[in-house]
Amino acid sequence: MSEQIPLSFTLNGKPVAAFVEPRKSLADFLREDRALTATRLGCEMGTCGACLVMMDGAPAHACLVLAAQAEGAEITTLEGQSEDALMADLQAAFVDRNAAQCGFCTSGMLTTALAYVRQGGTPDRAAIRDALSGNYCRCTGYEAIVDAIAGVAEAAMHKEAAA
Amino acid sequence: MKAPAFTFERAPTLGDAFDLFEAGGGEAIYLAGGHSVVPSLALRLQAPETLIDIAAIPELSGIREEAGMLRIGAMTRHAEILADPLVATHAPLLAMAAPHVAHPAIRNRGTIGGNLCHADPASEFPAVMLALEAEMEIAAPEGHRRVPARDFFVDLYETACAPGEILVALHVPVAGPATRCAFDEISRRRGDYAMIGCAVQITLEAGRIADPRVAFLSVGATPRRVPGCEAVLHDALLSAATIAKAQDALGADLDPMDDPNVPPAMRLHLARVLLGRLLGQLENDHV
Repeated sequence: MSEQIPLSFTLNGKPVAAFVEPRKSLADFLREDRALTATRLGCEMGTCGACLVMMDGAPAHACLVLAAQAEGAEITTLEGQSEDALMADLQAAFVDRNAAQCGFCTSGMLTTALAYVRQGGTPDRAAIRDALSGNYCRCTGYEAIVDAIAGVAEAAMHKEAAA
Repeated sequence: MKAPAFTFERAPTLGDAFDLFEAGGGEAIYLAGGHSVVPSLALRLQAPETLIDIAAIPELSGIREEAGMLRIGAMTRHAEILADPLVATHAPLLAMAAPHVAHPAIRNRGTIGGNLCHADPASEFPAVMLALEAEMEIAAPEGHRRVPARDFFVDLYETACAPGEILVALHVPVAGPATRCAFDEISRRRGDYAMIGCAVQITLEAGRIADPRVAFLSVGATPRRVPGCEAVLHDALLSAATIAKAQDALGADLDPMDDPNVPPAMRLHLARVLLGRLLGQLENDHV
């Protein structure tokens, strides 16, 4: 085992200082060292999207980022989004549409959906599917997930128009 | 899988990076965005002694205009290429290709320099570099040098960047008022590796083509320009007849690799279809 290195970054709004093995991925650090298990590990090669977290405000694969690379960054996991109103709307829409079956992909789906709606994404189904192209779900066939995101995107558009 | 053990070093400057590489005795790998290196470690395709993080080196970041060229730092993330106004104005072909690179989350972290040095034959940016006739600025301990894109992509996953050297920036000639370009690819699913991809840049004045550049990706070990096709396009009127001749010329230009999923004849057919679409698009935009 190689020597551990010091690491400090902001995790869910709070400073973190730790020692970490260089080969440890950010996903493993979150799950094993911080017990933040909303971040899932599927493929561990950047394909399935189950491990997405917000890194400096944009979705990133926690399996493709070494914990050491998070030095100085601002990382937000799904646990850290629970106070976010838009995330609450997305979670409610996922529940309404039964958009989670086994739930393994859901954290990643919600992270992608949050970025999509925040960036002004429209309810257009093709655009939503394009945004979700890096998130695999092996249960639902995606229909319910797209429905849920489209509903929230539509509501967000109306809210913006009214404002 | 999990990556094998290695030591991790951060290089604040180019000089530090070269020193760390030297100290590693050739068993070190540079780490930029890590979106090709980290999965290759997880898959245990390579096992370096040391990773040298080059993300913080100042020369590697930023996009700016410099002496009629657009200088794009190698650490520029794909998402920045997609959103940058200077890229949109001066290198529109690059901005057009960016949405085809992987998936949104990958584009947030992956870097153009890392992408070019990885030199995947199905990757979009290497073909775009050929069509833009960009120059790659490579730093070595002895100094910087510039390599034209056509000499940069040497073979499968192999570039002119020698071990220990670092791609610092790309220099792209800025587009003129009559520059027209198009990019597209054909893949089975969005974000999958392309079965074929094509980058076209031409100068179009009064319907006549000058300086045509056509580059294909996913046709062999490296991206390819197609000289026969370009000769047909040069000084020709952009018309249905010209497009048909350009498509025909691809047969002599391309010799696609054999692949059980996409046989050579199918790939050549797809190349013709895609070229027809892109030139047709430029023709329609012009009318």
